[in-house]
Amino acid sequence: MDTTLTTDQVLTLEAFADTIIPGEKRGPEDRAIAGAATGGGAVASGAIELMLSPEGGLADTLDDLADGLNEHARDYAARVGLTPEPAVTPFVALAFADRIALARELLSPGHPEQELWVALAMFSAMAWDTGAHMHTTEALAAGHPGLTAMGFMPPDPDGAWRFPRFSYGRPLAAIHPRTTPRGDPE
Amino acid sequence: MTAFRQTDVVVVGSGFGGAIPAYHLAAGGASVTVLERGPWLAADEFEHDFKFGSSSTRVFEFTMGEGMNVLGGNCVGGGSVVYFAAMPRAPRFVFERQGSLGRRMWPTAVTRETLDPWYDRVAQALPITCSSWDDVTYSGGVFAAACDHAGRTANPVAAAIDTDLCTNCNWMMSGCKFDAKRSLLLNYLPAAVGHGARILPLHEVQRIERTTGGDFRVHYTVVDPVDYRVQVAAGVIEAKVVVVAAGAAATPVILQRSEEQLGAMPAAVGRYFSGNGERLNTAVLNEDRVREVLGLDRGDGLAYAANQIGRGPSAASWDRLDGSLPEFSRYSLEQLYFPPGFGTILAQAPDAVGPTWFGPDKKEILRRWQSWLTIFIMSEDDNEGVFGPPPLTGNADRISMQMLSRGNLRYEPTANTRHGWALADADIRDILERDGLARVMPWTNDVIGAYTVHPLASCRMGDDPATSALNDMNELREHPGIFVTDGSAVPGALTVNPAFTIAALAERAVPGIVRAARARGVDVRYLGSLPPAARAGRPVVVPSV
Ligand SMILES: Cc1cc2nc3c(=O)[nH]c(=O)nc-3n(C[C@H](O)[C@H](O)[C@H](O)COP(=O)(O)OP(=O)(O)OC[C@H]3O[C@@H](n4cnc5c(N)ncnc54)[C@H](O)[C@@H]3O)c2cc1C
Repeated sequence: MDTTLTTDQVLTLEAFADTIIPGEKRGPEDRAIAGAATGGGAVASGAIELMLSPEGGLADTLDDLADGLNEHARDYAARVGLTPEPAVTPFVALAFADRIALARELLSPGHPEQELWVALAMFSAMAWDTGAHMHTTEALAAGHPGLTAMGFMPPDPDGAWRFPRFSYGRPLAAIHPRTTPRGDPE
Repeated sequence: MTAFRQTDVVVVGSGFGGAIPAYHLAAGGASVTVLERGPWLAADEFEHDFKFGSSSTRVFEFTMGEGMNVLGGNCVGGGSVVYFAAMPRAPRFVFERQGSLGRRMWPTAVTRETLDPWYDRVAQALPITCSSWDDVTYSGGVFAAACDHAGRTANPVAAAIDTDLCTNCNWMMSGCKFDAKRSLLLNYLPAAVGHGARILPLHEVQRIERTTGGDFRVHYTVVDPVDYRVQVAAGVIEAKVVVVAAGAAATPVILQRSEEQLGAMPAAVGRYFSGNGERLNTAVLNEDRVREVLGLDRGDGLAYAANQIGRGPSAASWDRLDGSLPEFSRYSLEQLYFPPGFGTILAQAPDAVGPTWFGPDKKEILRRWQSWLTIFIMSEDDNEGVFGPPPLTGNADRISMQMLSRGNLRYEPTANTRHGWALADADIRDILERDGLARVMPWTNDVIGAYTVHPLASCRMGDDPATSALNDMNELREHPGIFVTDGSAVPGALTVNPAFTIAALAERAVPGIVRAARARGVDVRYLGSLPPAARAGRPVVVPSV
């Protein structure tokens, strides 16, 4: 990955993305991913790649965002009486329930930095449900965790989507009595 | 370097409000230049791809405000390139609305009756057709069947789509690669070009000033085709008449920025913004109940599971479009498709024990995404949006290379607006949760505020100079020669999709613009012709006039 982020910053951002759309751990040693859900989550879907994509416009702020998350995590830990664990960054050190609790605070209306964290949450969610860091046809072919879990149906061989069957093909309700012959409301 | 050009008419923006006057003025003999801030893409450039940098981000603008976010087109053809092409006329009562003014907010000259002939013209030009049940997609069908089960009515929605060409791919927000959707790229715009109009893509208008001779100078910057944050050039065009049609999120900002040189703007410029009372609900359907209660079957063992299949809204409930009901309690409910990303983030998980729009419960409902049904509310909001001081350029500060920007629109829904939303939310729940068909939750407004794809009324027309920026012929008060013909001219929420009404009002404004141009020495006539209703995909043949 071509990035100026430190490993700790990447792990912190991964832990946040995993709070938004959780997934299963990459291995027993995985600390960033909490393992709170089955199947690949935002991280396995490419959250960091999407955050770093030049098109997204977020890349330059990621180091600050990671550091900010850790500051908030340090503050949160102090407030609820957790003992900081020096081996990992403060956000990664939080248990999943605490990550969720902190994310709820940061993403709530009225939080002075809400907009920043909403942007980061949106990128995390979009990684999972669109795989927007790669071409959709390639993402599907590669078994992209989010699109696959959503049951996103694949395209025709030429990479375009077509659904020749699309309608129940019969009247399903009485139309509104004040409908004009052209089909508009009166 | 600053380029300098001269033309009879400058049109700012190439959506419904811009393309229609551009065509008529060019057809009538005026020299017309259209300045459009977005790129000019054709069918083969519209991609089925979520990747950042594909057509799905190039043709869009998502402008975040305070309490209101606006999604609109950013390309030649404007919103028509990204829209779903649902084209109902506004019901009669809409034109009688009073809002919080306590008196009619539309000009007396505009009623459904007086607008109908103009609607007819647009219907012929695009063309727009009355849909049948065969055109209603599975999502529209399941909604209609649920309405019926609840003792309600439901209607197939008229659309500007050539269903013979449509593949039901549901990628229409990225532009239609099959030319099935009748965007303005297939009718008014090519016909305008055929009559000599020049369309300049990637040209973002910044401000308008007046020359000593009474003409106008329109200042623009040229943006980079990939990174819209980068400005590569600047220029000025001189014109006798200016038609501003940059969309309701941008038009008032251009006028506000022009104030220093043009003089004070009418008070209503940048006020009374309406999001068309828009709101979304997400239903997660129970496939077994859909089969058992509604008797639906796709023929392959599936009852529904077809969220991905189709083409935007195909069925709507008009039971609450009833003029005898009090204002702020009337709305339509329309089945809708939003692709993942846009259409998923704000959906809330019903029965969530933790957070509703992210976290484990959200992931669980996303796994059932194919069984989602999205219901769109178009209600009577209270015109509560206000624009703050304009940003340095454009209508917003761009955050990403494409698609995302932050603007100065503030919107705090009043009790009237929230009342309408609450009624509609409850109605949707009544229809779709009946007999265990689905679990429904509205989108949360806590994350980014409200969200609209139908910005309106930020520079509205009317009879009262205190509450309308334009007279009843779309001319900007105190600034003769400047016309506004886009969604910002529409006085308020329409309770249905607005593009048809915006287009009809633009058609209606043209004779007045022609008169004003003639008075300023432009050799132009109003011919009343229409672009040839060419079948999509075929070259447009323009008759010489
Ligand atoms: C996803 C989506 C689905 C929709 N579906 C429907 C539907 O089914 N039915 C319906 O009726 N409506 C629909 N709409 C709404 C419809 O697209 C708009 O109401 C309509 O396009 C508004 O027309 P307009 O002329 O006011 O503005 P627009 O069509 O938005 O045109 C304004 C143009 O001005 C350009 N512009 C902005 N600023 C500048 C500047 N400074 N200089 C130069 N150019 C500028 C913009 O790029 C844009 O091309 C949908 C919209 C969206 C986003």
